[in-house]
Amino acid sequence: MPAVQETVERVKRIDVDQYRYGFETLIESDKAPKGLSEETVKFISEKKNEPAWMLQWRLEAYRRWLTMTEPTWARVDYPKIDFQDLYYYAAPKPKKTVTSLDEIDPEILKTYEKLGIPLREVAMLEGVEPKPGEEDPARRKIAVDAVFDSVSVATTFKAELKKAGVIFMPISEAIREHPELVQKYLGSVVPTSDNFYATLNSAVFSDGSFVYVPPGVRCPMELSTYFRINERNTGQFERTLIIADKGSYVSYLEGCTAPQRDENQLHAAVVELVAHDDAEIKYSTVQNWYPGNSEGKGGIYNFVTKRGDCRGNNSKISWTQVETGSAITWKYPSCILRGDNSRGEFYSIAISNGFQQVDSGTKMIHLGKNTSSRIISKGIAAGKSQNTYRGLVTAHRKATGARNFTACDSLLIGDKCGAHTVPYIEAKNSSATFEHEATTSKISEDVLFYCIQRGLSQEEAVGLVVNGFVKDVLQQLPMEFAVEAQKLISISLEGSVG
Amino acid sequence: MALLEVKDLKVRVEEREILHGLTLTVNEGEVHAIMGPNGSGKSTLSHVIAGKPGYEVTDGQILFKGEDLLEMDPNERAAKGVFLAFQYPVEIPGVATMTFLRTALNAQRKARGESEYSTPDFLRKVREVSKSLNIPQDMLKRGVNVGFSGGEKKRNEVLQMALFEPSLCILDEMDSGLDIDALRIAADGVNALRSPKRAMVVITHYQRLLNYIVPDVVHVMSKGRVVKSGGKELALELEASGYAQFEDAA
Ligand SMILES: Nc1ncnc2c1ncn2[C@@H]1O[C@H](COP(=O)(O)OP(=O)(O)O)[C@@H](O)[C@H]1O
Ligand SMILES: [Mg+2]
Repeated sequence: MPAVQETVERVKRIDVDQYRYGFETLIESDKAPKGLSEETVKFISEKKNEPAWMLQWRLEAYRRWLTMTEPTWARVDYPKIDFQDLYYYAAPKPKKTVTSLDEIDPEILKTYEKLGIPLREVAMLEGVEPKPGEEDPARRKIAVDAVFDSVSVATTFKAELKKAGVIFMPISEAIREHPELVQKYLGSVVPTSDNFYATLNSAVFSDGSFVYVPPGVRCPMELSTYFRINERNTGQFERTLIIADKGSYVSYLEGCTAPQRDENQLHAAVVELVAHDDAEIKYSTVQNWYPGNSEGKGGIYNFVTKRGDCRGNNSKISWTQVETGSAITWKYPSCILRGDNSRGEFYSIAISNGFQQVDSGTKMIHLGKNTSSRIISKGIAAGKSQNTYRGLVTAHRKATGARNFTACDSLLIGDKCGAHTVPYIEAKNSSATFEHEATTSKISEDVLFYCIQRGLSQEEAVGLVVNGFVKDVLQQLPMEFAVEAQKLISISLEGSVG
Repeated sequence: MALLEVKDLKVRVEEREILHGLTLTVNEGEVHAIMGPNGSGKSTLSHVIAGKPGYEVTDGQILFKGEDLLEMDPNERAAKGVFLAFQYPVEIPGVATMTFLRTALNAQRKARGESEYSTPDFLRKVREVSKSLNIPQDMLKRGVNVGFSGGEKKRNEVLQMALFEPSLCILDEMDSGLDIDALRIAADGVNALRSPKRAMVVITHYQRLLNYIVPDVVHVMSKGRVVKSGGKELALELEASGYAQFEDAA
């Protein structure tokens, strides 16, 4: 209840030009030469002190990529990207090895402050521990593996995680310190040949997170990473790999906001999740990259490949996403339900305003017996935006007893935007039960007026109604982020009415 | 003192004039009933007072506490004390009634420069009011009006009225769709809110409601005008003879 109140409080009259997080941090950086070649790939690998096998892996991906063409099936429209006109690597100049947050560039810390992170950061910095039996969510610890530009600058709570046996570190470090794990799992969910952007990522990925949770361990804290793009013309190629071994549990949250830019920026991340027998991974995203200005200029191109493999029996992977940013979003967090009785979930809120284009959804691939999946998608289109849900649910021949429930709701604000639902369903097995529900509605003038008659402003009314519309999904987020996401939803719809 | 003064109001909807010069004065502490056949413009009047978009005022004025109401945004009017109990209250899925009440109340208080209610104060107040209206706490956890019966929806309107403490309450067809018991509960709630500082405008098609909420003044509306005003006995007269006589007068 106070959260909604707070949301309402935060709503100020600004338009997309006044993007809240549009600022740059002035720190020196270290760039690869512009353009993409084997030399670029070698430069990146060298910068990261990678072993030879890693370089080889990258080069193979690069060569593969040269033979591929950009996909065009998504309902998005943008000028052709000149891949030779981008930088593929930028790192803050390393001053020295960081052992505590005090040693981090104050400019970087200030960036986090502007993002409104301190609330949790303070708890983290001071290591505030809830008293036994006290589950104050605001004080619950969150380990932040801060990815600043392309290099992770701080890793906290490492010690405690280590005690639990959880490995949580930048993937660049994991490549050196846990090569056997990385070699075993990297590319095992999203192969280097998977798709144009995933292949590109495989060749030039800069950094990202690596998580390994050993058998039977419940990860003692939420793991979260904040991504920031901070270099003009720098493609961001995050690579994240999370492995939950037998009977383990981990909840990971990724949130991002990006500074305002004139030129479009390419972001092509790959996230791979592996859940073994009886393991569960919960992956949440709050995405707020720069969406472009009110004329549709600038903004991030977000071409992401996220996939989870329920490799073991009784495993579970749950994706929750709140997508409010980016000029173009091309993103389908998916689950391969390989293990018997495994379960995949996809909860999504995708908001588009201004000239944003969203083509997002999920794939649920039922391979094992008695696998189940659930898809709840809430698309909200405002301004002149286009918002497409694209989903695939398949059951293979051996996937007896596969079940899926899909509910896809779209809400339109104004009459210059569009919402589209593109479901693909393939059951190669007669015992599969797939249910699909879809609704599209316009935000009702009568509902808005009712709220306004009770004292809410037009924007507060829209915020309230929309937050009600997405409630089922918001509830899936870790509580501290649900509040933040709620604010973000209201902020991203500012200027959408009236 | 005059709380609401509607002077020679002319209103168009989609190029068609609906109110053709309506005049009405409501003083503090008074309860006025507006009666009239369907389509005479009763809801239109209430919507224009509340500031619903889509209505074009082509002539006349509306003063509220001496101020030009038509110059104010609808939420500003609410904060100043204008409350409209809707004929058909809408549903707001996913927004708990309690959340809605608090958000709205605090928005109004903030607009008036008052501090927000503390959680315990707010809860105490809601509990008190909902109890007197026979509204179970569990209903307050549900989405606004979602799955509410007709009677529950109307009681929810009265609950908000009691909570926001407006100085002008307009009740549009509060009796529509209610059985006698539901009507009595809602009417008792309304009567409890009668006060020397508060005025009410009760819009109804039927005399029945006025047995429960007894008005000081009754107006008859026909074809976009007030054609006759009188005491509460006028309602009984109408009940006996119907609206036909006034249709000709209009
Ligand atoms: N939004 C609208 N668009 C077109 N005509 C309308 C609209 N609202 C009301 N009217 C017309 O205005 C007249 C008065 O309607 P209304 O104020 O609802 O009457 P009442 O409440 O007395 O039954 C009716 O003829 C109705 O058809
Ligand atoms: Mg009416």
